Amino acid sequence: MNIDSIINGIVIDHITAGKGMKIYQLLSLDQMDCPVALIRNAYSKKMGRKDIIKIDADITLNMDILGYVDPCATLSIIKEGKVASKQKPMLPRRLTGVISCKNPRCITTTEQELPHVFTLTDAETRTYRCLYCEAKAE
Amino acid sequence: MRSVIDIRELSVEEIDGLVATAMDIIENPAKYSEACKGKKLATLFFEPSTRTRLSFEAAMYELGGNVLSMASASSSSATKGESVADTAKVISCYADIIAMRHPKEGAPLVAAMNASIPVINAGDGGHNHPTQTLADLLTIHREKGRFNNLTVGFCGDLKFGRTVHSLISALARYEGIKVVLISPDELKLPGYIKKDVMDKAGMAYEETADLMAVMPQLDILYMTRVQGERFFNEEDYLRLRDSYILTPDKLKDAKKDLAILHPLPRVNEIAVAIDDDPRACYFKQVLNGKYMRMALILKLLGITV
Repeated sequence: MNIDSIINGIVIDHITAGKGMKIYQLLSLDQMDCPVALIRNAYSKKMGRKDIIKIDADITLNMDILGYVDPCATLSIIKEGKVASKQKPMLPRRLTGVISCKNPRCITTTEQELPHVFTLTDAETRTYRCLYCEAKAE
Repeated sequence: MRSVIDIRELSVEEIDGLVATAMDIIENPAKYSEACKGKKLATLFFEPSTRTRLSFEAAMYELGGNVLSMASASSSSATKGESVADTAKVISCYADIIAMRHPKEGAPLVAAMNASIPVINAGDGGHNHPTQTLADLLTIHREKGRFNNLTVGFCGDLKFGRTVHSLISALARYEGIKVVLISPDELKLPGYIKKDVMDKAGMAYEETADLMAVMPQLDILYMTRVQGERFFNEEDYLRLRDSYILTPDKLKDAKKDLAILHPLPRVNEIAVAIDDDPRACYFKQVLNGKYMRMALILKLLGITV
């Protein structure tokens, strides 16, 4: 399968196979009007299979989302057809407005204006809990 | 502005300080009778709770302060759709400190984030109830004289029992605490508390469904009510309601200096016949709650006597 190389844009590589769609959705890439490619189950020497996302536009991505879904992914900024820089997402300490609390007893279920905030409570298990009710992120 | 939403926000040293203040209040009540003169406590209770509200109000009156209170949750602006954040901002204009109970978990935190005065969480759903834990701790201190080297049994609803979760979190910071978790399978302590609190602290614990079998080793027995309001399913509540009832015959193998605690209200989980047993501490616990609330109000208002 051939996907055109991008001139100025972003390549998110080494995404754990199966997580590409979640990243695509959380980054709202479906709402962009530039060319975006999501490649699922691409062959990888290191990983066996991986997902890749290519965005043909020079935009700023929410690295917290990337770090939350897949801290093993890599992000390359492409300028004039060459890799200008690489970034490694970090597990964010706090996630705001990315995921919603599912606890029906949480204050966020009745107060629609409140931002959904999750904090990292255990980096080893990558556990996030709601700031308000401490329910575990699903 | 310092608020207290979760017992874990208070360090061991701060808890020791609150206990010391509470003990001084008990010994010298007159010294504190005008400590909060000119200060106002707003009690914002968005779900029914007579005893906690009255305890806060009694605490403020005994400190010489005043209380602003709404008649009932149904008469509050929340019924008109006002947000917790707005309520907190408005009440900050009237009072010096807020005690808030709310059925939604996290509501007092939202209030604290928006108020310009201290907020005390007086219970949020099945989540936190730090002043109950302070009452429990003062009771343990007064009955046992220490917070370490104790075997503490928790019996009944350990799944939804917020007082249990908070007290375990508080005790996890002391040395030599062993916890015995006594409950039916359906009401076991949530796994994350075992993992995030007890395992992290290296706390010794065992789980059992048999109260009688573990009774002889307990220094403290913390009984809880199976609370109907925490269940989504009436059938489950009715089935589990009478799981553990403490009766005088169940105490025959208990230590002579066992302390029986209960956050109250009780329904039938402790037989009335036990009330006269010197080991029953649950009514003393109510009084201790008032003293600890007095100590906490003083601390958060920055008043030293």
